[in-house]
Amino acid sequence: MDYYLQILLLVGIFITLSLSLNLINGFCGQFSLGHAGFWGVGAYSSAIFTVFHPLGLPAPINMLVALVIGFLSSAMCGIVIGVPCLRLRGDYLAIATLGFGEILRIIIMNTELVGGPRGFINIPHWANIFWVYAIATLVVLFMLRLKKSAYGRAIIAIREDEIAAENMGVNLFYYKLFSFTVGAGLAGIAGALFAHTQQFLHPSNFTFTWSVVILVMVIFGGMGSISGSIIGAIFLTIIPEVLRFAGGTIAEWRMTIFPILLIVLMLARPEGVFGTREFLEKNGKQI
Amino acid sequence: MSGKTLLKLDNVTVKFGGLTAVSDVCLEIQERDLAAIIGPNGAGKTTLFNTITGIYPPTLGKVTFNGFDLKNIKSSDIAELGIARTFQNIRLFKNSTVLDNIRLAKHTRIRYGFLSSILRDKEFLEEEKRIKEDSLKLLKLFNMEDKSEMLAKNLPYGEQRKLEMARALATEPKLLLLDEPAAGMNPTETKELTELIHFIRDHFNIAIVLIEHDMRLVMEIAEKIFVLDYGNLIAKGSAKEIQNDKRVIEAYLGSEIEGI
Repeated sequence: MDYYLQILLLVGIFITLSLSLNLINGFCGQFSLGHAGFWGVGAYSSAIFTVFHPLGLPAPINMLVALVIGFLSSAMCGIVIGVPCLRLRGDYLAIATLGFGEILRIIIMNTELVGGPRGFINIPHWANIFWVYAIATLVVLFMLRLKKSAYGRAIIAIREDEIAAENMGVNLFYYKLFSFTVGAGLAGIAGALFAHTQQFLHPSNFTFTWSVVILVMVIFGGMGSISGSIIGAIFLTIIPEVLRFAGGTIAEWRMTIFPILLIVLMLARPEGVFGTREFLEKNGKQI
Repeated sequence: MSGKTLLKLDNVTVKFGGLTAVSDVCLEIQERDLAAIIGPNGAGKTTLFNTITGIYPPTLGKVTFNGFDLKNIKSSDIAELGIARTFQNIRLFKNSTVLDNIRLAKHTRIRYGFLSSILRDKEFLEEEKRIKEDSLKLLKLFNMEDKSEMLAKNLPYGEQRKLEMARALATEPKLLLLDEPAAGMNPTETKELTELIHFIRDHFNIAIVLIEHDMRLVMEIAEKIFVLDYGNLIAKGSAKEIQNDKRVIEAYLGSEIEGI
């Protein structure tokens, strides 16, 4: 039972994570590869609060504060990294964010207070499946509403054509930084949930590989599609586990089958499952 | 029909390294003007547009719009001040709907904040409703209201050009810059475009400046013509004056027999 619960938990956390990265990569078109770093900062900073300085209040209230701390600390890192990096474009931005993501992780690894390479232990078990899915639902709602507002339109216009967007009155730097910061902050919330459901954090949870995994979820579902990110997070978390139980040769070859599935999808549908659209939405029509 | 001066370029020079794309250009556009900038390829016409809209700041000289010095003003703020443009190679938001292309252009006129858009309060709903109605009204003027839910990339070429114009107008500009609006159009479409440009000027009461190679279109609609050649403004005046200007003829056809 615990095993299934754990997978469900991870699905919920990855829904939040892939949506947060979708805001940066899919909606705004800024190619970021440092997302695991923001996830880690949120996880560790919220855990520092709950382990060392919890308020003398009931656990749920402390958990709420931890989520806010996770959001704020990651968003702050987002601003610090975003201001210099968002002047870059395309591949250069990807490399710069990759570098910064690793820097964040290495800082964590070398901080004795949080256990450094031994990992951070004794984090209180204050979050559970309900927290994870309540937050995921709120994030989905947030993204849906953002997409259909002037903010969302401006962010999407930047992805479609920066020069045209700027000449129509969209302040490029402001909206790029906005999506980068909010995206980082939401990843921080996912980090806080991760910390308080797993009760143990290790720097290797937040390596570059995980940035890529989250990115694959976004691309799989469709850059700019909220439904896509949800499907991507569900599919990419569950499929490796399902293959594990397929038995015999399949289980043995699952780490080969999985990438092949992705390659086939990218060849058949390079825009991802949903493209930029949403579930039950045709040709960009309103839902 | 000279009104108030809207746009003024004083000795504007734009250099890219050693290349002078625009050299010492002075020109003035009044309110409700219908002007054209012509010149051979590479004369610096589009660079001039890019300088006016803040993409390339002038190396020397000054651009003044409606009394504001445009020095160090961002493109997005210039749009808010009231300059809108279209592009030589169409730059629509291809994967957005026709309606969303127009709605985005209303960006600078939106007053509700971030929190309103997430909470969907009354202010947000009312303003979004108004924006949608205004946008559909604008599309109706261009006979495109039935295509509002289509993706911009699925429109035929001529309609993409029209949508780009509609999008520029949605920013509620005082000055509209059209970069080769007739490029790729057949004679019938060009004729429609002529009417459309007149209609836009009269309906929205704005000044229009266009860059165009189609001389029939230019001569038919432009009340003022500026001729650029190698970045220099070599002539300005009415269609008739330009047609008989010796330097213009030289720029386009080469000079007369030079002692063969």
